[in-house]
Amino acid sequence: MSYPILTSLVVVPAVGALAVALLSQRRPEWIKLVAILSSVFTGALTVWLLSTFESADGGFQFVSKHAWIKPWGISWHLGVDGISLFLVVLTGVLFPLVIVGTDPHHDHKRYLAWLLLLEAGMMGSFLSLDLFLFFIFFEIVLVPMYFLIGGWGYEGRVYAATKFFLYTMVGSAFMLVGIVATAFLAKSNGVGKLTFDLVELAEKADFATSTGRWLFFAIAIAFAIKVPMFPLHTWLPDAHTQAPTGGSVILAGVMLKLGTYGLLRFGVFLFPEAARWGRPIFLTLAVIGIIYGAIAATMQKDLKRLVAYSSVAHLGFIVLGIFAFTSQAITGATMQMINHGLSTGALFLLVGMIYERRHTRQISELKGLQKVAPIFAAAFMIVMLSSIGVPGLNGFVGEYLILIGSFLTARWWTVVAATGVILAALYMLWAYQRVFHGEPDEANRSFPELRAKEAAVLLPFIGLIVFTGVYPKPMLDRIEPSVKALISHVSEHTGYEEPSIPEPIDVDAHDTPAGGTAAEAEAQP
Amino acid sequence: MNADSLVGPPISWFDLTPLLILLGAALVLLVVGALTPRWPRGLYAGLTATAAGATMVMGFVLWDDVTDQGARTLVGGAIVLDAFSMFATIAIAVAVLLATLVTDDYLRRERMDGPEVYALYLTAAVGGVTMAMANDLIVLFLGLEVLSISFYVLAASHRRRLESQEAGIKYFVLGGFSSAFFLYGIALIYGATGHTRYDDIVAAITDVVPTERNDALVLAGVALLLIGLAFKVSAVPFHFWTPDVYQGAPTPVTAFMASAGKVGAFTAMLRVLTQALPNWRDDWRPVIWVIAVATLVVGSILAVVQNNVKRMLAYSSISHAGFILVGVEAAGHTAGEADPGQGISSALLYLLLYSVLVLGTFAIVTVVGRTGDSETDIGAFRGLGRNRPALALGMTVLLLAQAGVPFTSGFIAKFGVIKAAVDEKSIAIAVIAMLASVIAAFLYLRIMISMWITEPEAGDDARERVRLPVSTTIAIVLAVGFTLFVGVAPGWIISAAEHATMIGDGASGLLQP
Repeated sequence: MSYPILTSLVVVPAVGALAVALLSQRRPEWIKLVAILSSVFTGALTVWLLSTFESADGGFQFVSKHAWIKPWGISWHLGVDGISLFLVVLTGVLFPLVIVGTDPHHDHKRYLAWLLLLEAGMMGSFLSLDLFLFFIFFEIVLVPMYFLIGGWGYEGRVYAATKFFLYTMVGSAFMLVGIVATAFLAKSNGVGKLTFDLVELAEKADFATSTGRWLFFAIAIAFAIKVPMFPLHTWLPDAHTQAPTGGSVILAGVMLKLGTYGLLRFGVFLFPEAARWGRPIFLTLAVIGIIYGAIAATMQKDLKRLVAYSSVAHLGFIVLGIFAFTSQAITGATMQMINHGLSTGALFLLVGMIYERRHTRQISELKGLQKVAPIFAAAFMIVMLSSIGVPGLNGFVGEYLILIGSFLTARWWTVVAATGVILAALYMLWAYQRVFHGEPDEANRSFPELRAKEAAVLLPFIGLIVFTGVYPKPMLDRIEPSVKALISHVSEHTGYEEPSIPEPIDVDAHDTPAGGTAAEAEAQP
Repeated sequence: MNADSLVGPPISWFDLTPLLILLGAALVLLVVGALTPRWPRGLYAGLTATAAGATMVMGFVLWDDVTDQGARTLVGGAIVLDAFSMFATIAIAVAVLLATLVTDDYLRRERMDGPEVYALYLTAAVGGVTMAMANDLIVLFLGLEVLSISFYVLAASHRRRLESQEAGIKYFVLGGFSSAFFLYGIALIYGATGHTRYDDIVAAITDVVPTERNDALVLAGVALLLIGLAFKVSAVPFHFWTPDVYQGAPTPVTAFMASAGKVGAFTAMLRVLTQALPNWRDDWRPVIWVIAVATLVVGSILAVVQNNVKRMLAYSSISHAGFILVGVEAAGHTAGEADPGQGISSALLYLLLYSVLVLGTFAIVTVVGRTGDSETDIGAFRGLGRNRPALALGMTVLLLAQAGVPFTSGFIAKFGVIKAAVDEKSIAIAVIAMLASVIAAFLYLRIMISMWITEPEAGDDARERVRLPVSTTIAIVLAVGFTLFVGVAPGWIISAAEHATMIGDGASGLLQP
């Protein structure tokens, strides 16, 4: 048996968290060392995973499967494909940077232990191929994040943390019932035994149309809250604003992606027919989210809240891409999950640095920072441009693919969504102008320049932003086969035919319609 | 009735050992304890714990015996030895064991060490085990009364605290009332069927021509029986005593009532409904549905607005009772059929896991309550994360488990019940239960916020330091360890619960149309 790399990705941070928790409070340097070592080791494992990943293979790789709770047909089933690969790598890269780059100011030990536990939970969520296993990881990440926001956040932290926890739990309530119902109904509809195995259910289960739709919506509501999609987004600005910098970076960087990733993996893949049917709802809410998020961001007085609302808009784009059902759009959406993680993660780090220096996040109290801290301003500029989606940086590639792919199947939604790109430039540039331009006033004159350690943390972000912007091919090469496999899975189960696109792409693969049954399924209301 | 029944039935003493051990230890404590001077420290508790341990061992031995030899009725069919009753016996013995560990330190702290409380634990356990084993409504009533009377006295056992006295009186008056309902229910069922034994009640129906069946009488009897049992499990709307009694009773006693009491009452309910009354399942199942939903919603919502931790946990225990009722409702779909479904096993599993959880939680409330149970407001937990991080972490684990967070036993329990409900297509009640658990989660979050996040206030340092005596620590460590272990490796306990079948499972007791 080969080295169980995916299991180690979950176990290493968990063991690290345990070690940190057991170390004495009086040895802070040991605690920090253990935390950094375990997160860096996990990060190194993800990079190794990336390098050994078979890019042409669209299926699940490095699969590890062991029976876990036998009486209930639940197994420890992990696997990675092009859709989850980069989320795993992003998780592996983001955590060491957060552990090195953010300072909780008090109770370091508990802070680091929760962070590492969170990393284990995130890894587990992205790697699980068993519905039950996914659910428990999806649910368990709430606990460390709750404590991170509640313990190290700002003035309104208790309210924000509680709201975050309860909102997500409401979604989980529906999802749990949905998952159990899926497994049981599948038992008598094609699968033949009680199993929570995602692949087996997706391949064999054959639900009645209306049943599938109910199940899809029960599960999708949890993800819609997590994304968050309009109008279920109201927990996000609070949680983001009140969370400590490290919490915000993780929340924006990887945790929100649980929602969009979940929609792809446990929505579209498991219930293709229902996802096709529910498409107009998701597209409409996604577009509303894009426009609403952008307008709300424009109006914010608090820099961190502005970034939080920009997340609502960006995630709207990702959902739009997912429900466009073309390989470009879904590839773009998958890529945009990573881009948003990088750019928004870096933005939260920068806003955190501003707060450390000035103890305010109010835009009105900041002025002329470019004069006193030009390097800091430059770093902010690059990250901001990536968030806007300026060509040459990563955000452009993802957004472009989403828009081009969505235009084929969801034309009018895409037209409206495209205006969101302009709005993004508006709120970002306006904020930049107010904060960085002009003459610094008395309070801002002593704003310190970017320090070497801060630069060291930001450099990987900026490097990745520029690299994927200029040369996205390696990333797209790995994502695309899995997206194609997903689309052909949808075609197989619904008779949906991906529209041909004005690019030389392998259309022949989809030329064979699934036949009469599929057409009937389509015909039903 | 012929004259033979006046001759005592043959009794297989070995099969009764769990009951005999508990009863014997209770008598030793009462008689020897009363006649001898104060025993050395810890000996009362030691004897009780030993008895509980021995009961547990005998529970396993007899379960094994049942697996080999088959389930059987004892004492002329009045009680039954099957895997189901042994599962309940083991759960009750666990409750006695953990409660005893906490009580030892508690009684010494409160300067009232003595044999009475332990003897009452043991008699209550006798009652609980009898209820689980009963195969006759009269025997069930005996068990219920033994359990209840022990609880009334236990609730009032802190002689110097007025709240404890009040709790005892309140529980006694309301409990007596519910016992009367229960007894009347037995009388009506006897009147309608001419029998009190479960299997005879089922058989009696088939003897009577359906048109002559006195359904009104039976249904009234079922309703009254349900009221009596719903009172014992503190289901809404028969829950009013719970917050007051849980708050007033000494904290270890509260823990014991919330665990052993629930196990006894719920196992009795499961057995009566599925073994004696399967033919009326379409009549009682909707009632259980309504009670379950009311219990879930009311328990969760009222838990959130409390400020006293013991009261919060009392309402949360009501909400948990609602969850177990979801399992009972699921059992109602297949009651009396050859395949008993998953309702019974999921409810049993929930009972055992919840018992350990609630005992651990109340053990921590006991030590945080400080001398005289004076500090049971939520503010008592303020700063616990700073002063006693390990204790606070243990409490956090137990609270998260009660909220149903994965990797804890609480999640396994909830998942089992939801699974049983969904399997019977009771989707609505499953969703309601999950949403109620979200509401209840807010309560557990409040305690966690108080422990970890709330800033200390002036005067906090002047409070008595939280002391952590040895045997209570052992109980807490056992409870937390069990909670986490089951959360990570639940397979063995799930299959144990699934094998805890009742006598006659596999043979249909349903009225054949």
